[in-house]
Amino acid sequence: MSTRAQTVSFQSLRLPHRVTWWLVFTAMSLPLVWLIATALTGGLGANPIEAINRFLGDWGLRMLLVALAATPLRILFGWTWPVRLRRMLGLWAFAYVALHITNYVAIDQFFAWDDIWKDILKRKFITVGMIAFVILSALAATSWNGAIKRLGAKAWQRLHKLVYWAAVLGCLHYIWMVKADVLEPLIHLGVLAALLSVRVWKQLKTSPR
Amino acid sequence: MLIKTPKSWQLRESDATPEAIYKDRRKFIKGTAAAITGGIAGSVLGTEAFAAWTPGTKLPGVVKSGYTVDEPLTPYGPVTEYNNFYEFGTGKDDPVENAKDFVTKPWTIEVAGEVGKPGTYDVEDLLRPHQMEERVYRHRCVETWSMIVPWVGVSLADIIKRLEPTSRAKYVAFETLYDPKRMPGQNRRVLQWPYVEGLRMDEAMNPLTLMATGVYGEVMPPQNGAPIRLIVPWKYGFKGIKSIVRITFTEQEPPTSWNISAPHEYGFYANVNPDVSHPRWSQAKERLIGEFFKRPTLKFNGYGEEVASLYTGMNLAKQF
Repeated sequence: MSTRAQTVSFQSLRLPHRVTWWLVFTAMSLPLVWLIATALTGGLGANPIEAINRFLGDWGLRMLLVALAATPLRILFGWTWPVRLRRMLGLWAFAYVALHITNYVAIDQFFAWDDIWKDILKRKFITVGMIAFVILSALAATSWNGAIKRLGAKAWQRLHKLVYWAAVLGCLHYIWMVKADVLEPLIHLGVLAALLSVRVWKQLKTSPR
Repeated sequence: MLIKTPKSWQLRESDATPEAIYKDRRKFIKGTAAAITGGIAGSVLGTEAFAAWTPGTKLPGVVKSGYTVDEPLTPYGPVTEYNNFYEFGTGKDDPVENAKDFVTKPWTIEVAGEVGKPGTYDVEDLLRPHQMEERVYRHRCVETWSMIVPWVGVSLADIIKRLEPTSRAKYVAFETLYDPKRMPGQNRRVLQWPYVEGLRMDEAMNPLTLMATGVYGEVMPPQNGAPIRLIVPWKYGFKGIKSIVRITFTEQEPPTSWNISAPHEYGFYANVNPDVSHPRWSQAKERLIGEFFKRPTLKFNGYGEEVASLYTGMNLAKQF
């Protein structure tokens, strides 16, 4: 695995890549656009706050998996363009997760900080979810080019490897959240396991014995 | 044991008795008429009270009960479209979709165990002698949402008395239909099927406990648990077992589905209790469907006056 800190700004992309960037950017926004349109037309059902929460949580995790697919795509197919988009993909994942948390804090709990704090401490699915959110916040905050320079490429990369933990904790958050039907959470976990095992496979193949 | 200290509600019970006798008399006349005029006339008369068991049909002969809540009803839409009924899928909007062709007629209920009149009863025969009442109850789900629902049904106590449980009957166990062909959710073992629930005898005999067959004055839609389900308004919604096919009177506490699934999360009693938090959800507050702000949850879902005495001396944090 390369030790080069890899974050590519939009400005540094060539024209065909800029088109790809915008197409993928638009695709990543579609679930959010759907949610807003459905909410405005009253299509979120009897419990819209719960529906928003589930939707944003689902897509936060899925977008994180999309961002984590960039490297496996390069390893397996030699595609380099997803890696160029990785910062944008990661920030979209963060955006969905941040909106998920905002909905929980500002709408579902309506800033009942006491209750929120108890939730974080007492309910393990919320505990791990919040840890994942803290990790993603740190990564989002250091996603700009200047941050790599300030932290140094090595430290920056070490920090950003926490994304794997954020994804694992995100899956755990989902598995522990559901009451009985763990099929969907396990599908997400399975995708994550597949993505991570490609990296491990590559590591084992290239590292000297 | 069925020795009970007189409570205020027993006045209501004595009010209801003449109605039951009256209905029995009608049934007798109907039976005679059937014998005289033959099968066709008999079947027409016999099903008159239940018309066609199709959702949306108005249930006749329903009286308004004194059990009501001074709050606006949750509209028909959410009541019939936002359901937890895992036999038809685990999503809230799965049951309304997957249960729409669920046939609930004919429907029989097997009565067994410590009971004087065991047997297989047609659901209509089980209900017919009793007065159908509309009762507006608070409905509190363990997932911390709630509704105000106008159920239609008959008092479970009335049915139980007629079935004559023996002195050994300490609990009543209920069982949902197991038929994966008709209940597609049962093809996946999300819970142990069939769904089972139970009440202690005194809980079952409490006048609040209802066997519901309708909602909003109409025959109950399948996604709500047609043709017959349990309503125990001071307990979390999952105690309200749906599409019941078996009632067993037992000496031992019967197993209950969610307790089997996650024993440290769901107890046998499952009384609504804001002071006993659940591993997944604080139970201190709830969101009434249709409202933005959460509201404080009431102990026993606001029915403490009627039921708190059932649990005197019990540690409700341990026996949750």
